[in-house]
Amino acid sequence: MKRRSFHALALSTAAYLALGGLGAALLPAEAARGEADTLAIGGSLTEIVYALGQEHRLLARDTTSTYPPEAEALPDVGYMRALSPEGVLSVNPDLILSEEGAGPPETLEVLEEAAIPFITVPGGFDADAVAAKIRAVGEALDVPEAASTLAEEVSAEIETASAEAQAAADTPKRVLFVLSAQGGRLMGGGDNTGAGAIIEMAGGINALAGVEGYKPLSDEAVTAAAPDVILMMDREGDHAASAEELFALPALAVTPAAETGALIKMDGLKLLGFGPRTGAAVAELAQALYGG
Amino acid sequence: MVALTDPAGELTEAEAPRSRLARARRLHLWLALLLIAVALASLTVGATGVQLWDVARSLARGEELSRMERVVLMDIRLPRLVMGLAVGAALAVSGAVMQGLFRNPLADPGIVGVSAGAGLGAILAIVLGTLLPPALLGFAGAHLVPLAAFLGGWVSTILLYRVATRRGHTSVATMLLAGIALGALAGAVSGVLVYMADDSQLRDLTFWGLGSLAGASWTKLAAALPIILVTVAGASFLGRSLNALALGEATAAHIGIPVQRMKRLAILCVAGATGAAVAVSGGIGFVGIVVPHLLRLASGPDHRALLINSALLGAALLVVADMISRVIVAPAELPIGIVTAVLGAPVFLWILLRQRGVVDL
Repeated sequence: MKRRSFHALALSTAAYLALGGLGAALLPAEAARGEADTLAIGGSLTEIVYALGQEHRLLARDTTSTYPPEAEALPDVGYMRALSPEGVLSVNPDLILSEEGAGPPETLEVLEEAAIPFITVPGGFDADAVAAKIRAVGEALDVPEAASTLAEEVSAEIETASAEAQAAADTPKRVLFVLSAQGGRLMGGGDNTGAGAIIEMAGGINALAGVEGYKPLSDEAVTAAAPDVILMMDREGDHAASAEELFALPALAVTPAAETGALIKMDGLKLLGFGPRTGAAVAELAQALYGG
Repeated sequence: MVALTDPAGELTEAEAPRSRLARARRLHLWLALLLIAVALASLTVGATGVQLWDVARSLARGEELSRMERVVLMDIRLPRLVMGLAVGAALAVSGAVMQGLFRNPLADPGIVGVSAGAGLGAILAIVLGTLLPPALLGFAGAHLVPLAAFLGGWVSTILLYRVATRRGHTSVATMLLAGIALGALAGAVSGVLVYMADDSQLRDLTFWGLGSLAGASWTKLAAALPIILVTVAGASFLGRSLNALALGEATAAHIGIPVQRMKRLAILCVAGATGAAVAVSGGIGFVGIVVPHLLRLASGPDHRALLINSALLGAALLVVADMISRVIVAPAELPIGIVTAVLGAPVFLWILLRQRGVVDL
């Protein structure tokens, strides 16, 4: 018995050391810190931090923060709705800037317990909301003047792009935003979505007006929406579906969009993020819809 | 978790020679030590650099812990460890009891629709939770989903029982079929809800389905731990009866096993343990099938040792899986259901291959 206990003890000690060592080996090395003290959660906020020239303050980001490209070099704390409490603490932020909807609640409770300032920046789908976002980020990073200037520039750019788009749209086109076309089932963007807002800013009519939020669509609903143009995000996976495949779907085959093969693809964060690039996004969409 | 007494059943069955049982019981010690090692490792492994040694040292010197150390250890790692131990033990023991009850090595809490019912509860809470009046939402708030999952698990168990019990006699075959029907029904209702869900809710559903211990908190544990402790302890007393049941219900009744009462107890234990586990951790698969199986291969099918060994190994396995999920993509986190599936699925297939031609499944 004695010898067996000794063996068991040796084995368990070995297990402890092995697991501890394994954990240490898998972890990323400590990065040099410098002035960085902020964790940004939400692609548009990360963009704003860069636009304010404050990127040296960024410690880490979430999965949705993919622009500018150099942001992707920052450690990624995961998807904003499924944040790991210890993961967030491990990047050791003194400030967390977050879009609405970060979670889960248990993680937020732990962060509160750890007394890390957590600023939720309100969102919205118009020029004023973008300006307010920029001001809130500037306030948090202690660069209010720069933020005020940027906010005015950005909202003016959005207003101008939108006004030009409305002027160019002599006959407004009906645009259907397709979030995904997984397995031939379309998920579309209705009212109170970033997609609906940006379509209207660019002089289009949201073909799904009257539907609330992002919803899976029946084939007949798609046909009834009678879109002139399909708008999609340009990313990997099923979004890379070619126009040919997309318009071969029975639901879309009988729409005006299929006749002309009108499919517009744009970068998702640029299109739906409502950040510094929104003016450019409106202009780009209007250009694609109505030409020069 | 570890201090389960082993009710010494007199040897009524001729199926397991004493020496084999003694060997299976010696596994208790090994597994308990493994569990302690794994538990200590889990307290010291994580995305932050907080180390158990440093904390122990500064405590020994009488220094104050830093806020970071206190939060990481007390509010993150410790509740997660306890939850991992509890959920792992609950899932593994539920699997072992189910397999004994149905006399089928592939039975699992998922099979009687308890997991499906719990899952439906959770989905209802995620999708319809936003429609609640704010006053109610404030009360339930973050704990709405686990609460609903637990209720869903219980309701489906009661339903099953009603369907399968006639004049005090519970038919296992009817229950199996009812469980399949219940699972299909829960799946259909979940499908409707998924159809109604918006984009962010869909993502929540996906993450919930993959399971995670990330939501561990003392509040959740206070709700789930007593239920799991009571049901796992209750299940550990079923060893002798489950051994007898392996000979068939009639035979077991002749030996003097109160078959009906024991079946009722077993079902209640499985429902409670599974409901509570699913409620706090979402969908974690394979533990209930793989753990009892490995133990049967290692030390035979005697339930008197198997149930306790399942609790120990299940707890250790889940804590290891959680450690992997915490560090492999740090500072982000991989849902633990992915880890258990990656670890469990190949083992499960290997078991199937080994058993082909040996056992008629």
